[in-house]
Amino acid sequence: MVVNRMTGTQRWHWRIAAALSFFASTGAWAAWEWNFQPAVTPLAREIVSLHGLIFWICVVIFVGVFGTMFYSLFKHRKSIGHQAVQFHENTTVEIVWTVIPFLILLFMAYPATKTILAAHDTSSPDMTIKITGYQWKWGYDYLQDGFGYYSQLATPLAQIEGRAPKNENYLLEVDNPLVVPVDAKVRVLVTANDVIHAWWVPALGVKQDAIPGFVRDVWFRADKVGTYRGQCAELCGKEHGFMPIVVEVKSKEDYAKWAGEQKQKLQAAADDPNKVWDLKALVAHGEQVFNGNCAACHQANGSGNTALGAPPLVSDKVVLGPVQHQIDVVLNGQNNGKMPPWKHLSDVDIASVISYTRNSWGNKASEGVVQPSEVKAERK
Amino acid sequence: MSSVPHDLVVGGHPHAHDDHAHHPKGIMRWITTTNHKDIGTLYLWFSFTMFLVGGVMALTIRAELFQPGLQIVQPEFFNSMTTLHGLIMIFGALMPGAVGFANWLIPMQIGAPDMAFARMNNWSFWLLPPAAIMLLLSLFVPGGAASGGWTMYPPLTVQSGMGMDLTIFAVHIMGASSIMGSINIVTTILNLRAPGMTLMKMPLFCWTWLITAYLLIAVMPVLAGAVTMLLTDRHFGTSFFNAAGGGDPVLFQHVFWFFGHPEVYIIILPAFGIISEIIPSFSRKPLFGYASMVYAVAAIAILSFLVWAHHMFTTGMPAASILFYMYATMLIAVPTGVKVFNWLATMWKGAISLEAPMLFALGFLFLFVVGGFTGLILAIQPIDIQFQDTYYVVAHFHYVMVAGTLFAFFGGAYYWLPKWTGHMYNEKLADWHFWLSFIFFNVAFFPMHFLGLAGMPRRIPDYAQQFTDWNMVSTIGAFGFGLSQLVFLTAVVKCIRGGAPAPAKPWEGATTLEWTLPSPAPYHTFETPPVVK
Repeated sequence: MVVNRMTGTQRWHWRIAAALSFFASTGAWAAWEWNFQPAVTPLAREIVSLHGLIFWICVVIFVGVFGTMFYSLFKHRKSIGHQAVQFHENTTVEIVWTVIPFLILLFMAYPATKTILAAHDTSSPDMTIKITGYQWKWGYDYLQDGFGYYSQLATPLAQIEGRAPKNENYLLEVDNPLVVPVDAKVRVLVTANDVIHAWWVPALGVKQDAIPGFVRDVWFRADKVGTYRGQCAELCGKEHGFMPIVVEVKSKEDYAKWAGEQKQKLQAAADDPNKVWDLKALVAHGEQVFNGNCAACHQANGSGNTALGAPPLVSDKVVLGPVQHQIDVVLNGQNNGKMPPWKHLSDVDIASVISYTRNSWGNKASEGVVQPSEVKAERK
Repeated sequence: MSSVPHDLVVGGHPHAHDDHAHHPKGIMRWITTTNHKDIGTLYLWFSFTMFLVGGVMALTIRAELFQPGLQIVQPEFFNSMTTLHGLIMIFGALMPGAVGFANWLIPMQIGAPDMAFARMNNWSFWLLPPAAIMLLLSLFVPGGAASGGWTMYPPLTVQSGMGMDLTIFAVHIMGASSIMGSINIVTTILNLRAPGMTLMKMPLFCWTWLITAYLLIAVMPVLAGAVTMLLTDRHFGTSFFNAAGGGDPVLFQHVFWFFGHPEVYIIILPAFGIISEIIPSFSRKPLFGYASMVYAVAAIAILSFLVWAHHMFTTGMPAASILFYMYATMLIAVPTGVKVFNWLATMWKGAISLEAPMLFALGFLFLFVVGGFTGLILAIQPIDIQFQDTYYVVAHFHYVMVAGTLFAFFGGAYYWLPKWTGHMYNEKLADWHFWLSFIFFNVAFFPMHFLGLAGMPRRIPDYAQQFTDWNMVSTIGAFGFGLSQLVFLTAVVKCIRGGAPAPAKPWEGATTLEWTLPSPAPYHTFETPPVVK
């Protein structure tokens, strides 16, 4: 390779040039972002204007204070022969610079208080969605319509590891976005399954910690159709940086159509556990499930990560052994939760992922096909 | 050292044993020492070492964040770096640094011969290295070092490996060290002041440390309690923070921040004290409002107990609590403003000169106020919804911790180095250190405000592409800032080894008692207390 024949200095030049060209190329998308993302809810807009007000008050005070300081620095210098005037203590001055800041604070507190009280009014929502944080994905349940699904990172590992060019929405893209209708008061109930997460979409002005064992509610009313992106905002472990949030705000009609489709899918899925799947379909679906849930520890190639207590799955005793035992391990976990329980996955998901492990990376288990009905039976 | 003219030694009879002949030589001098000056030196070197260790971790973080994608470290190790960087900088660099200044200066500023509990003083220092070693060793245990952030929120920290246990024990030990140090400082200040030195005549540095020591005694046991509950949740089946067992994960946050917010002032108040010594000295004028400065520090300390939940504005609190914590937090701006205005009024119509200590004090003032204003903006809960756990917060607290406390420490180091070493430091090197630090600090941390505004969460090893540009700038600044600290090391080492001999009082405007002692300060000082009029 050419690079190998370069001298040390040349290699550095090459690297700097590469870094610079990368730097320049970033101009292609919205680069040098330095302010709030465009707000699409009344609350988010109020936050922007509140921030503007307080920011500019601070700037004015800052300029005043440091204007005085720099004046003093230039005029009252020993080097230009200024003699120190030995004054100190003045109660009037002290009172003035205590009271005036206090009044300014009152002026700031008033609009902030109004916004807080408005933000806490979660009454009479048009719809309610339950959001659950998982390590490391989000679960969305539409409580009135009875359907729900998981939403996880869609950026391929190759892009994260620099083996493929990055998408426009690198790390901010998911398989199943949250879908809501425009101009509707959406109340979200936020909770978590394992550790604390935080559901944050800047354009909506919503950030709510997702706390296991507790349900918190917040609301938003998006008034513009579009796709809005956010991220988990509370450190939740290794993949914390890789559980984005995408919210699609659809027109009322589009939303109704989408919700109808979801209900149909729900109908279809309800029949699933007893349907007999063929191996190919199971393995194909299983690969998706594996990469979304298992690969973080066991690795996409099944090689495992012993530091995390995740053994390699290639030629693994459990994977090649009796099906029932493997279903039990996946459902209930083992090693004190190092392998966590995956009960919340559907029978189809678990059957597929087990079939996938039994037929991948050179594994050829004697009992290669696991049907959803077997998982269902094991749950009892 | 003992060749100093006797008439310069105010109040102290220069005894025949008033020299360094009575302490063991070599390493045993440092291990067995009960001398406040030796212990101060130990604290300061320990602090600087930890500053470099924590700095290397910061640079690891910044190197990974230079570009999107994972290049240098894996997410788990990245999380360990952010966690250890925070813990080491706070408990290893900033707090021991402040105790180092206290040890060196409080006895000399109040005319005491040493700290009240000299042997306990030795013990409070020597607890620190084992704690630091435990923290660093945790990088090499199975499962790696703690990676749940320096705030250690459960349930995440209940999941992690034995690195977390080592961290908990290290925090226990460092807490014990802080409490002993604080009791020593309180006792020294309240009992060993020279005749005539009433509390309201004490140098402000002593006042800020007296109040800081009370804060430490009040909150370190709270932290110890919080991490102990974490430990029993991890290993002994308790459910303090486990909702499934009837506990509450948010309880930890309340207890932690009841410690954590006063902790912020524990870190900044001694810095206020140092700045309040430097600015009058280089303005050649007394502090404008001494009494109001003391009251402002006390007010800040008291308010610091009432604002902790502003760190938890997104946990979902009732509106009434949010309003209470928001108002209380905003109120802190008032005494802080009083302090800033007092420093300005002290400079006003003075005869200002800009030696390195003053440069750092001005840098402190300028940048600390930036951090103060972003703190005010963060206090407004609706705005905090957007900023909580983003880079805006990272920018905010680095403006108050680095440009605040650390700059004050640098200023203090240059200010007192002549007294400590007997030599003047090299002004040119010190000026370079200041300007490089000032510029690179802003290059590193100012863009983080933009990143936070644009929506980049903190504690992530990889980020979306719209955040690339400012992250690159920030990384360049961070490396510049890190390398600039080698200038400081050079300046200090050169000053210890030689340089122009320092007079007893190298600064024209300095008025406190330590400047009545010869430079370098003899091993034992004020064995007979001076009389303060």
